[in-house]
Amino acid sequence: MAETLNGSPKDRRAEMETNGFLGLIVNGVAHRLDVPPGKRLTRVLREDLGLTGTKVGCDAGDCGACTVLLDDRQVCACLVPVGQAEGRSVRTVEGLADGARLNRLQEAFWKHGAAQCGICTPGMLMAGMELLERTARPTRDQAMDALGGVLCRCTGYQKIVEAMLDAAGNGPAPPVDTLPDGGMGARVARLDGRAKLDGTERYGADHWPADCLHLRVVRSPYAHATFEIGDLAPVHARFPGLHRILTAKDIPGVNGFGIYPDIKDQPVLAPGRVLYRGDAVLALLGDRETIDGLTDEDLPITWTEKPAVLDIDTALDPASPPLHDRLTEHNVLIRGRVRAGEAEEALGICAAAADTRFDTPFVEHGYIEPEAGYAVRVGDRVHVYACTQAPYMDLDEVANVLGFDKGRVRIVPTACGGGFGGKLDVSLQPILAVAAWLTDRPVRYVYDRPESMRASTKRHPARIDARLGADADGRLKALRLHADFDTGAYASWGPTVAGRVPVHATGPYRVENVLATSAAIHTNQCPSGAFRGFGVPQSALATEGLMDDLAARLGIDPLEFRLRNALRPGDRTATGQVLERSVGMAACLEAVAPRWKDWRADAQAANAAARVAGSPMRRGVGVGCMWYGCGNTSMSNPSHMRVTVDAAGRVTLYNGAVDIGQGTYTIMPQVCAETLGVPVSTLAQVTGDTDATLDAGKTSASRQTFVSGRAVKEASLALLAEIRRRANAGPAAVIRFEEGAILAVEDGVEKRIDLSGLPVGADGAVLEGIASFDPPTTPLDADGQGTPYATYGFAAQIAEVVVDIDLGTVKPLRILAAHDVGRAVNPTMVEGQIHGGVAQGLGLALMEEYLPGRTENLHDYLIPTFGDMPEIECLLIEDEEPEGPYGAKGIGEPALVPTAPAILGAIRHATGAVVRRVPALPHRVLTAIREADAEAASR
Amino acid sequence: MTATSYLRPRDLTAALDALAGAPMTVLSGGTDHFPARVGPRPPEAVLDIGGIDALRGIEETVAGHRLGARTTWMDVIEADLPPHFDALKQAAREVGGMQIQNRGTLGGNLCNASPAADGTPCLLAADAMVVLASARGERRLPLADFQAGYRATARRPDELLTAIEVPKPAVGSARSCFLKLGARHYLVISIAMVAATLEVTPDGTVAAARIAVGACSATARRLPALEAALAGRPVAPGLGGVVVPDYLDDLSPIDDVRASADYRRHAAGVLIARALECLATAGKGA
Ligand SMILES: Cc1cc2nc3c(=O)[nH]c(=O)nc-3n(C[C@H](O)[C@H](O)[C@H](O)COP(=O)(O)OP(=O)(O)OC[C@H]3O[C@@H](n4cnc5c(N)ncnc54)[C@H](O)[C@@H]3O)c2cc1C
Ligand code: FES
Ligand code: FES
Repeated sequence: MAETLNGSPKDRRAEMETNGFLGLIVNGVAHRLDVPPGKRLTRVLREDLGLTGTKVGCDAGDCGACTVLLDDRQVCACLVPVGQAEGRSVRTVEGLADGARLNRLQEAFWKHGAAQCGICTPGMLMAGMELLERTARPTRDQAMDALGGVLCRCTGYQKIVEAMLDAAGNGPAPPVDTLPDGGMGARVARLDGRAKLDGTERYGADHWPADCLHLRVVRSPYAHATFEIGDLAPVHARFPGLHRILTAKDIPGVNGFGIYPDIKDQPVLAPGRVLYRGDAVLALLGDRETIDGLTDEDLPITWTEKPAVLDIDTALDPASPPLHDRLTEHNVLIRGRVRAGEAEEALGICAAAADTRFDTPFVEHGYIEPEAGYAVRVGDRVHVYACTQAPYMDLDEVANVLGFDKGRVRIVPTACGGGFGGKLDVSLQPILAVAAWLTDRPVRYVYDRPESMRASTKRHPARIDARLGADADGRLKALRLHADFDTGAYASWGPTVAGRVPVHATGPYRVENVLATSAAIHTNQCPSGAFRGFGVPQSALATEGLMDDLAARLGIDPLEFRLRNALRPGDRTATGQVLERSVGMAACLEAVAPRWKDWRADAQAANAAARVAGSPMRRGVGVGCMWYGCGNTSMSNPSHMRVTVDAAGRVTLYNGAVDIGQGTYTIMPQVCAETLGVPVSTLAQVTGDTDATLDAGKTSASRQTFVSGRAVKEASLALLAEIRRRANAGPAAVIRFEEGAILAVEDGVEKRIDLSGLPVGADGAVLEGIASFDPPTTPLDADGQGTPYATYGFAAQIAEVVVDIDLGTVKPLRILAAHDVGRAVNPTMVEGQIHGGVAQGLGLALMEEYLPGRTENLHDYLIPTFGDMPEIECLLIEDEEPEGPYGAKGIGEPALVPTAPAILGAIRHATGAVVRRVPALPHRVLTAIREADAEAASR
Repeated sequence: MTATSYLRPRDLTAALDALAGAPMTVLSGGTDHFPARVGPRPPEAVLDIGGIDALRGIEETVAGHRLGARTTWMDVIEADLPPHFDALKQAAREVGGMQIQNRGTLGGNLCNASPAADGTPCLLAADAMVVLASARGERRLPLADFQAGYRATARRPDELLTAIEVPKPAVGSARSCFLKLGARHYLVISIAMVAATLEVTPDGTVAAARIAVGACSATARRLPALEAALAGRPVAPGLGGVVVPDYLDDLSPIDDVRASADYRRHAAGVLIARALECLATAGKGA
């Protein structure tokens, strides 16, 4: 056959192999590039053309963050070898705006709040553009189909669909903002929105010094093993591009990190023993090609596998290997306990009681941006640029690992493409800092998706045993609950979870007699850490299920039963705290009650009709409630804020409260603007840099709006006080900021401070206000008595689902979410938090289960897509919290907690099936339906 | 040829010639290729067939239809095809997201040979043949024979899959339907999926039935006993009632992260019954 070719086979091969220059038309501009034709288009765009607007979340087609248009059709750029794009048109997010003018889809995304962290936004926009260009007035279904290949972990998709339809002229515009100055309650579009929409935002992987070394950590393939590293010289000889290999011996300071100051148990590089699949063993430094081509098999590591402790029962068995020497109880990290009254006795005399055992799995955060960043050595300091939720904690960890004073470390948070608790612990920061310090070269490290999933923390798997009792009038009398948490190989946030859960065990209800205990137990699994709710979503699944059990037993409507027991002002919690104000639980329930009745009736009617028609579809409506303490549990967690005025009269907010998508770079300025009485648009903001901003604590525990927001208010007030002092004006003086001057007006008298006459500080400030806020709490005693939190969020959600009783599949249809947020600083953002929380709660309920070694990617680990989300309606209850800024408290975590219980309640209402293990995968639901049917038949 | 050769032929003969020289990794739409290559990996020799336009497109022939191996899912969705392709079209619409539909190819789907490949049951139920070509010549195989086992095919290292041939219905008309079950809506790998084709006589009875089930055995497979039981029955509501568990004995599902084996078998039965009911009532796939 070869003879029939024109020219010799050799010539033809040479022609095919033209690895030389390759022509591409990117956003209308022709480029000729000297790149290998097999290189992923994502890498060519990002690395060779500097177009980092196209994001990489998985390199596997699963997340769609890399979506670009190839000849006007959406494709995953990570799956396109650049050779296949030769001579064709490639369009990326950078090509959408016309100079500074965003296009209509970008505008709609911005106004609707469709971008939170923004990491999915470029992909969403490109997928949306394909639709807009091909379909005149797309329907909602068409919009969903067009966008369905892009995952978003923040928004729950609702605002994205709304923005899409608005831009397509087939949906309403966003609610109009009636508060033009952007203070409290205004629907201000994200102040950092533009960069997220035009592709210029810089996330962890989007910037790197030109001459940087690339780093890759080699991780343990075993859950439990010891290892020895052989002679590395031959590896260096074989791979000349390998610059250096770091091992545990190279760590200059303490080879350990961890959330608690006294538990630095996770090694930066394991010193000879690994405790989970994913433990860091050594670090390779070199050029990108070498690092990408060097596999673990190329390294002389001799492993000796040890018996692995893979579940809590094994861990508690005294015969199992002890995982940490420092522990006083075999493999138990910590225990938690809250005791009030006499639970056991009270349960004995309850008119009705119900028991449960509930199991939940590891759950992955699934932020679309894998961990990424770089570090540089600057003189005797190290600067680390990385995505994070907790720059000041990172600073402490890095300094400790380097053996440096804190002043020698600078952390600059990049934009963060989602965190949800998973970016609270350090990941690559310590090893990057060590590598940059030792090599005196900039060092870059980007986790790939499997590494991110394998190495990072997870939601704690829980096994919860509980018994709840009520009297004949349906008043809760007693709760006994014990929760065992698999805290994995290292401590991370285990103590926080073990502490928070007993405090929240009763749910938002009055229960006089409580014995709630917990244990965080070490295994050889991935470390469990912080994930939106710190264990409370797990315990709420158990206890809300018990509420449904008891309601059924007592013949009381589930919502009415909850209302009867809801915490109200003046009630005492199980920790002995008397809740005085901002206790909106009953208000939330009352807000959803009318719809509850209608939906329940509709569902029953639909099911009656379905039975007659022989249809397997059954509808059901369930309710879930929650309370959630804002801030750290009984521990100081202050935020410090600074507001300055420069000589020109410009106000700058130095805001160290990291925005991971939830909106602190907008919320804090709104509080500041409200306090100073200036339009939010006039404020300048300096964010995220430990050299420039004060410690505003971590972005977690739903604390930023409440704690940092209050600190912003106080700092703004301090600035006003300083101004009044300088102007010699009284507290009632109205302050006006003008060009180069400030006016204090009191009783018609105007006092003027000429700013040009004031001494100028290092950063240009002539006046400043600095303040802190630490929510008032008290320590808990041995019985968990005290004031663990200054305030609590409350919520009730009702969910309607349809269950296919032949297949066990569950489809949520609609969710109504009522949340007491104290005061909504920015309703659009609050709704965004609720939508996103609902999506994660839905994932927890129906599909998410992380199995180490088996679901380390986004096609085996399922998170909700566009098509999985019900319609969500939010009802914001504003029962003002006096400690919060203008009444505000947190919403981040509360949004997620009630959803899964509401969905399970709805499955129960639809089918009678009681699910006691999540996710409620179809096969589990079907089994539960059969059990319920069998039980009903035997009765 | 070196370990890192990357060849981009424009025509088939050049590609086959290259493959005759040394085994290379074939790359078509890349939607299975790249996901299998996340993380560190030594370089490899690649034959990128993305530039061979002759392999793409759907053609009507005397015997039926010929679908080039590089035909994408979107090509299938957008093509004007008779009802016995409805199953394949439905499957195409549910593959990944549109990004994947725009790039992934039928040939890649079959050659990748995942037990969860959605194209396979559809094409089994369409009675498809695959065409394999090498520098030595061409051969045709029934799709069932092409699937050699779990993630294995009868493709020899020097061969390319060039086309898929789908015959015309033998008598009367044929209708088809595809149902897929997964734990989420978009971007979902099947827990189980079913394709059903009914060839219907002019008087409305089943002339021939072909039922194929995926994700419930090492490779998707047909259920001959059930097909035989369906033959000759009137195509009318109630047809799904023919499905009884005995007919599912040939399936050998496994427990995995997505579902239990028992559930898979049960779900396959439910899906088959629904597919048949759908074909019987709607007259064509829904
Ligand atoms: C996010 C995502 C979702 C997906 N969803 C689905 C889904 O719902 N259902 C489904 O079935 N699949 C799905 N897939 C898998 C994949 O998209 C399909 O299997 C696709 O059809 C593969 O085609 P391709 O051209 O991209 O193959 P490639 O990746 O190019 O190749 C796949 C394999 O086939 C070989 N090969 C390809 N073409 C030929 C040929 N002509 N001759 C010989 N060998 C060849 C290659 O060597 C490789 O081993 C999904 C993939 C992703 C990334
Ligand atoms: S990076 Fe391409 S799909 Fe995730
Ligand atoms: S906004 Fe979509 S992933 Fe964050």
